[in-house]
Amino acid sequence: MPQRIEFRIRRQDSPQAPPRWEEFSVPYRPNMNVISTLMEIQRNPVTRDGKRTSPPVWESNCLEEVCGACSMLINGRVRQACSALIDHLTQPIVLKPMSKFPVVRDLIVDRSRMFAALTRVRAWVPIDGTHALGAGPRVDPHGQERAYALSRCMTCGCCLEACPQVNARSDFMGAFVFAQVELHNMHPTGAMHAGERLEAVMGLGGIADCANAQNCVAVCPKEIPLTEAIAEVGRQTTKYMVRRFFWR
Amino acid sequence: MAQPRFIVVGGGLAGLMTTIKVCEAGYPVDLFSIVPVKRSHSVCAQGGINASVNVKGEGDSPQVHFYETVKGGDFLGNQPLAKGMCEAAPGIVFLLDRMGVPFNRTPEGNLDFRRFGGTLFSRTAFVGATTGQQMLYALDEQVRRYEAEGLVEKYEFWDFLSAVLDGEGVCRGIAAQDLRTMEIKAFPADAVCLATGGCGIIYGKSTNSMVCTGTAASAVYQQGAHYANGEFIQVHPTGIPGEDKLRLMSESARGEGGRIWVPRDGTPWYFLEEKYPKYGNLVPRDIASREIFHVCRVLKLGVDGKDVVYLDVSHIPRETLNRKLGGILEIYEKFAGDDPRKVPMKVFPCVHYSMGGLWIDYEADADGNPKVGNPRNHQTNIPGLFAAGEVDYEYHGANRLGANSLLSTFYAGMLCGPAMVSHATNLDRSASAVPSSVFEAERQRQQEMTEQICRMDGSENPYVIHKELGEIMTDNVTVVRYNENLQATDNAIRAFQERWRRTNIQDATRWANQAVPFTRALRNMLELARVITLGALRRDESRGAHYKPDFPERNDPQWLKTTKATWSPGGPVFSYDPVDSSLLKPELRKY
Repeated sequence: MPQRIEFRIRRQDSPQAPPRWEEFSVPYRPNMNVISTLMEIQRNPVTRDGKRTSPPVWESNCLEEVCGACSMLINGRVRQACSALIDHLTQPIVLKPMSKFPVVRDLIVDRSRMFAALTRVRAWVPIDGTHALGAGPRVDPHGQERAYALSRCMTCGCCLEACPQVNARSDFMGAFVFAQVELHNMHPTGAMHAGERLEAVMGLGGIADCANAQNCVAVCPKEIPLTEAIAEVGRQTTKYMVRRFFWR
Repeated sequence: MAQPRFIVVGGGLAGLMTTIKVCEAGYPVDLFSIVPVKRSHSVCAQGGINASVNVKGEGDSPQVHFYETVKGGDFLGNQPLAKGMCEAAPGIVFLLDRMGVPFNRTPEGNLDFRRFGGTLFSRTAFVGATTGQQMLYALDEQVRRYEAEGLVEKYEFWDFLSAVLDGEGVCRGIAAQDLRTMEIKAFPADAVCLATGGCGIIYGKSTNSMVCTGTAASAVYQQGAHYANGEFIQVHPTGIPGEDKLRLMSESARGEGGRIWVPRDGTPWYFLEEKYPKYGNLVPRDIASREIFHVCRVLKLGVDGKDVVYLDVSHIPRETLNRKLGGILEIYEKFAGDDPRKVPMKVFPCVHYSMGGLWIDYEADADGNPKVGNPRNHQTNIPGLFAAGEVDYEYHGANRLGANSLLSTFYAGMLCGPAMVSHATNLDRSASAVPSSVFEAERQRQQEMTEQICRMDGSENPYVIHKELGEIMTDNVTVVRYNENLQATDNAIRAFQERWRRTNIQDATRWANQAVPFTRALRNMLELARVITLGALRRDESRGAHYKPDFPERNDPQWLKTTKATWSPGGPVFSYDPVDSSLLKPELRKY
């Protein structure tokens, strides 16, 4: 069992600043994860060669893999830092910010494009209001299970990080957004407005930009059936286009 | 008069529901949050939301729900708000269903309900075991819809610093800091809602998310807002011990048939089932936590002699577990490394929820029903400043029943939004007519305080002080409380305050600096820690989550009172208000 945990962390003071590497060595305790070791560095922000430094900054909140905040590259693989257990990682553990989003500082990136994409595809059920309108629609239990599988997306960004189609030269919104389109098109009320969402994914950066690499589904920490959702939304757009053609 | 302006601070369930209610009235909202609202702590709520829909034909009703909520809270809660909440509950679950929350279903396609603590009825609607996440996402989507329409402006990655108070002590807006640029600004508003959640991080490790420091509540407490019932901190009986946090193992595990036991003389001893034959493993949380403490600390029967008991679901069919509890079993598997479908989980009580919080007012009619739209609802003693959600002290009394928190956040928003609208539209003078010097003065004050923190170059590490604070609070101000230890804890907190002054900030970067807001929050946590500890020291009785072996009985003549703490430079000053028990007569709490 190792006595210490060795870390290499990519630091960057600001979006414009050049990146640099710092190495840390933290005493080992059982059951540690990447977040608890970063916390240990906060309590003693000294590099491996004894130099005082500022504590590295990162984004995290729930620490139980439901909020989506702490995505980063850990030994080259995108995942949540809170559920990355030290005992399962080879050392030195290399931490980098996700590469497909602008770096804010150190391990923090700007994922606002994901929330903008949710707005663009109108990922909501347009209710008439919050006043009492009685019980909601009945839902068959199997449909509920499908909906729940899709609705666990925590907008963490792993699927964008892993996708070759998400890059500086493309507007591809990323796999997560199609799961949200399928989800809201399934809901009895949401289905009444499915066309608006399909129009949105037929535009720039939409469904046509998926090149079927299937990396997204491999890295999704919530095991969301992303490729199935892409296929389903693809089918829906095809049908929609045909219908739209004949309506004109 | 100018169009009224509204600020909501906090994007969890209570903040988002408040926002939606204000938008529905046609007014724009500025929504502030430390994290993107979709990452708020509400996502951590697991088990479900209570509503007496009586789908299973068990004879449940909102009246029973109300009675059990008040009894669960050991009669410390003001009863009209609890009554209003329980009566609104079925409608709230129907509304969430309309919003697209994918609740579990019965074979007939109806909403499914399961059992939770403190009741014998199946009253809890749920989405697997991530109900809070799913509810938050539904409200996040509704708010995004308003954002797309231009009614909501989000300020994410902003830290609330203080309320802007005018010469008459009326709240006219807030001061906040952009956590990326570090810029401090003042924002005017005619009504401000704090929906900033609980304060579990004061205990270092808890089930709470990293943002649940209570810093915002503490800031306005130091500006004169009353903080009520701070000593009532819920310790959840079943958490997974961890290095960075204590992860919750939802009460729903027991609601679906999970059993708690320890080995005794070579065989499993189901001590809750033995002592409480009627409620079994589903006694309220305060009772279950005390029993587990007793078994581990007094009888020394914890698993392997440690502070651990078993929570066992391994006898339940795998398919049922995956469908109804999947989310939490995954958490256990990922973080503890064992499959709970095969082996019993190792758990121990952990700090979970604050029943106490900012004091708020309400207005009820002669029958004890809250009057929706009355500006007194959810308003703190600072005019124009409202509080909703875990940050307020209402609904749960001395102990919260499981699955009542999601309900209370949502109901709080339903009351708070209309109250803010009534308040803001009936002001003699709007925030826009307040001289800009009022805002500039508060901005300046916060700027100077922040500069002071940036310059701190002492010898203390704020994260180390925080760790030590958490340890002593967890040792002395949780399940079992002794006056001697409480006094020692307060002495320690004051020593931490001294050490805080000698902090070294360690990070000179003026961009996305995390040490500065943390150090500021730590200062505020220390103030609130004193409220919790001294409130507990003074209350010489046992009630709900507050248990003193030296005063083992509830003492209604002396202590059926709301604790109210008022800030002073020397520490909290306490006063006590009567509890509104007009609807249900306090009785002995037995399960």
